[in-house]
Amino acid sequence: MEYLIHLAILFAIYAILGVSLNLVVGYAGLLSVTHAAFYGVGAYTTAIFLTKSGVGFFSSLILGIAIAVAVSFLIGVVLSKFKGDYYALGTFGFNAIIFAVFLNWQNLTNGSLGVPGISRPELFGINFANNFNFLILALIFFVLVYFASRFIVNSSFGRVLKAIREDETAIAVFGYKTLSFKLVVFIISAAMAAVAGSLFASYITFIDPSSFQLTESMFILAIIILGGLGNLRGSILGALFLILLPEILRFVGFSSDIDAQMRQVVYGIILILLMLYRPQGLIGEYKL
Amino acid sequence: MKIIETKNLAKRFNGVHAVDRLSIEVEKGQITGIIGPNGSGKTTLINLLSGVLEMDSGEIIVDGAKKITRILPHQVSFYGITRTFQNVRLFEQMTVLDNILVVVTERNVFSSLFEKHTEYHHKIAEEVLQKVGLWEKKNQLAVNLSYGQRKLLEIARTLAMRAEVYLFDEPFAGLFPEMRKIVSSIIQGLRQKNKTVVLIEHDIGLIRELCDHIFVMDEGKLLAEGKPESVLKKREVIEAYLGE
Repeated sequence: MEYLIHLAILFAIYAILGVSLNLVVGYAGLLSVTHAAFYGVGAYTTAIFLTKSGVGFFSSLILGIAIAVAVSFLIGVVLSKFKGDYYALGTFGFNAIIFAVFLNWQNLTNGSLGVPGISRPELFGINFANNFNFLILALIFFVLVYFASRFIVNSSFGRVLKAIREDETAIAVFGYKTLSFKLVVFIISAAMAAVAGSLFASYITFIDPSSFQLTESMFILAIIILGGLGNLRGSILGALFLILLPEILRFVGFSSDIDAQMRQVVYGIILILLMLYRPQGLIGEYKL
Repeated sequence: MKIIETKNLAKRFNGVHAVDRLSIEVEKGQITGIIGPNGSGKTTLINLLSGVLEMDSGEIIVDGAKKITRILPHQVSFYGITRTFQNVRLFEQMTVLDNILVVVTERNVFSSLFEKHTEYHHKIAEEVLQKVGLWEKKNQLAVNLSYGQRKLLEIARTLAMRAEVYLFDEPFAGLFPEMRKIVSSIIQGLRQKNKTVVLIEHDIGLIRELCDHIFVMDEGKLLAEGKPESVLKKREVIEAYLGE
């Protein structure tokens, strides 16, 4: 039962990451591979404030969101100069830079040794050290992020995002400052990723830079491509599938020694097959 | 009354003058045709007027007062200008209805977050889609429309803007006769409402039928201008364009 709860918590965290990244990639059509950086910003902010100051989890979460907003604003302004493949390469670069900061700003992040001893939240006498309670907390945040995202994509703003994805010049001619729309959705998405990061840090109670590398961004991208771009429920489906995949692989007989490597191979094969036969993902509305 | 004026407008691509110090005046409430051989700079002119391309030099004067030396695409609608594209540019993976709604709803990024389309927006969409005969297809994805329907949807999208100036880049190309009639009546309807239409077209019959005034372009320059019946008789126009 504990293990199922553990998987459900991971699912909630990755569903938040998938839904939020889908706003940028699936709706606005911006191929971003820097989501793990904002996930890391949220995680490190929570970890550092919880371990080095008297700030509580919820305050550290808000601080994590604020820092992710500031960082994503700066990155988004620079990225607004890029389009298409160059945009993807730009985001690639930013993920590498932020990873380098996590790794090398020793005084703050403790470098490759990571930050241990991160506490679990406590609110109104409820102690979230209990995994089941933490699952409820993670699911509450997931539901909040999902409905906020649904609100966004169903608004006029969401319709403009899709138009930007389809033809940015054409929608600009109709009076839209597309750079502002792209920047705002990028910031919103980063803020949501920071929420996932805060939950992750507090749940695992230890973080190090390896959790926020480019491969993690690729994993989150795989979630939304698998589930379906431009469909929020697709991101949930993708997260569910890719979180459960290691268990499926274990069930089919891979030993725990090669389980992790096989997981990477299977992700790769799935992505190749999807691009070949179903580029819009399982329930997606948009092809990359 | 002049609604659009260009003064020494110029655009070069790799040293080639696509539009070469062009000075023209477009009268309000008229249908102005732009004709010329392929590569004469007609579409480049429309792209400059709509901010899709940045001008190298010169200026555009809107409404006789607003001098513009740099125009960005999102500012074009502010000047009351809208356009279609030579190669149809729709929002392919969006429905026909959404292709219209997206140009009538809130422009401000933050206000748009808290806005859903209203009955008012829906009525505008219904009105323009009825006009081009696409209301029944409102829930289809634009990508699934036929070529002619796609052209009509693009025209409906400009009508929804309720602009003052409509820049139509070959709106009749590839259309069946029935669809040509629809587009023709839309363009004439705009003139009746005292709107201005700038029309790039190769069909000289349509130019004669619709236009009050035409400009003939060749190699980025103005070759001739005036009423269609007189301009189309000029020897230099016949030699450069009509080839008769």
